[in-house]
Amino acid sequence: METKLDKIKKRTGPVLFSKYTRGDAIKKVISIPREDVLFELKTSGLKGRGGAGFPTSTKWMLVAASTADKKFIVCNADEGEPGTFKDRVLLMEYPELVFDGMVVAGYTIGAKTGIVYLRGEYEYFLGQLEDYLMKMRDDNLLGKNILGKEGFDFDISIRLGSGAYVCGEETALIESLEGHRGEPRNRPPYPVNTGYLGFPTVVNNVETLSSVPHIMVKGGEWFKQHGTDKSTGSKLFSISGDCEKPGVYELPWGTSLYVLLQLVGAKNTKAVQVGGASGVCIPKNKFDRFLAYEDIATGGSVIIFNESRDMLHVLENFMEFFVEESCGQCTPCRIGNTKLLEGVRKIKSGDYTFGYINTLKDLGKTMQVASKCGLGQSSPNAFISILENFKDEIFFHNGNGSK
Amino acid sequence: MLVFEKNALSEEIELLVDKYGMDRSSLLQILQDIQRKHNHISDFAQQEIARLLNIHPVEVNSVISFYSFLHSEPQGRNTIKLCQTISCDMAGKQNIEDALTRELGISFGETTKDKKFTLEHTNCMGMCDQGPAMLINEKVFTRLDPEKAVNILKEVE
Ligand SMILES: Cc1cc2nc3c(=O)[nH]c(=O)nc-3n(C[C@H](O)[C@H](O)[C@H](O)COP(=O)(O)O)c2cc1C
Ligand code: SF4
Ligand code: FES
Repeated sequence: METKLDKIKKRTGPVLFSKYTRGDAIKKVISIPREDVLFELKTSGLKGRGGAGFPTSTKWMLVAASTADKKFIVCNADEGEPGTFKDRVLLMEYPELVFDGMVVAGYTIGAKTGIVYLRGEYEYFLGQLEDYLMKMRDDNLLGKNILGKEGFDFDISIRLGSGAYVCGEETALIESLEGHRGEPRNRPPYPVNTGYLGFPTVVNNVETLSSVPHIMVKGGEWFKQHGTDKSTGSKLFSISGDCEKPGVYELPWGTSLYVLLQLVGAKNTKAVQVGGASGVCIPKNKFDRFLAYEDIATGGSVIIFNESRDMLHVLENFMEFFVEESCGQCTPCRIGNTKLLEGVRKIKSGDYTFGYINTLKDLGKTMQVASKCGLGQSSPNAFISILENFKDEIFFHNGNGSK
Repeated sequence: MLVFEKNALSEEIELLVDKYGMDRSSLLQILQDIQRKHNHISDFAQQEIARLLNIHPVEVNSVISFYSFLHSEPQGRNTIKLCQTISCDMAGKQNIEDALTRELGISFGETTKDKKFTLEHTNCMGMCDQGPAMLINEKVFTRLDPEKAVNILKEVE
């Protein structure tokens, strides 16, 4: 069956966008013991690309070691962080990487079921993904006794989200799959112990899973040659905002902001928001900082602001986002984000004192430690970093032409 | 709601329960299908879903209220979701917003009198390199300008 996907022109890049033939990683792993798969993954040093950067081999090992009757591999395709869209590119253009990665995970951890949690906004390419899965079933890359490996049964289904950013948080995602409100759970227990329907579950980002087939075919050592000591391999960056060439770029970890900005044709850049609304705002005197777990860890959202942008407006937009997307379960986040947004609006209208601003910054710090999940813990980042780095512009109106 | 309409809806929900399984974890999928077809999930539909999945109707309602794509009140036949997040904002979202409200004569959050369109904002939908972007139902439209946005409306049934 010929699908629309066969006609898409491939990109080029050092790791993820390097050549890969579908099925190759599956062929390779079914001929070796699971321990060897885990060893290769460990050698690669692959860490989670969803933002938290947890070592992938450790997560898989914990579930592989469990003797539970059922286990699950869940692909987190909820991609809701403002400014990120690389998972969309992987799913639309490189489904062989995402799905082969899931099959390899299924084999390694002993799961028979894989679930993709696809954000509702991406429903328009659901049909294309379903077609691709059918093709995999036709070729026995999914189904029973995959590629003749006796007893290796595995299949993948796709479930849609319904417009809630917080469902990207892994425990909220599991709640949502179980038919509940997408409210994050207390952790521990972690999904590796008590995941979907109470069974051990690996939740991995689309990009993490997409790295796996390359590692299996080309080796952990090969993967490690890219990037830095602590951040191995490459990263997809989603570039938007003020530049000539927005889009998805594959770059080795360790690339500086300065190099990245040149590459994408950014001119007169005043600041870069790395990591989306929950990330941090880097001003131009710090563009020598680099993208890696050692310095600026990120899921890959890069939003560029040139000199003409009003940073207070940017901040207001981010805070509106969090007020809408907070699940409301815990007080620091529910009330805190509303207060921070109110604060931004007061600053905008000139109705503030510095005492009040400091109280808000303290509130932000409280939220970072007292919130239940990553949303409330990271939502004050932008507030704190923008008010710190753009003091002059915001409070003294002598920024570079921002008004 | 007329009796035969109620019967048809019950039957439809029964089919969905058969398709996805009589299990709590089927709830979201059932709700999504009903929403897609009927542009909302009525009180009656909620009761039927609750009955067939053997859960309390309040549970169903609380799930609907959590997700921004699910509604208990009728929406227009087509829902326009314009992205309001920063990258689309910088790419000119406000101009699109103005053009849409002018053309349809309603504000965001409202439905046209003929029930053809509901206008909503949505947060980043993963098209930030091609903003301003909007969804109409599940279809995506990118690199909008006011004229293009208004022309797209004309093509919607
Ligand atoms: C509010 C919130 C939203 C998140 N959204 C996503 C998401 O859209 N995609 C994703 O892969 N991880 C997301 N995460 C991180 C997940 O909780 C989890 O760490 C990740 O899926 C693990 O996969 P990885 O180890 O492969 O990165 C989010 C976390 C938080 C707190
Ligand atoms: S931090 Fe926010 S999103 Fe997370 S559980 Fe608390 S209220 Fe919900
Ligand atoms: S900001 Fe509009 S799609 Fe991301």
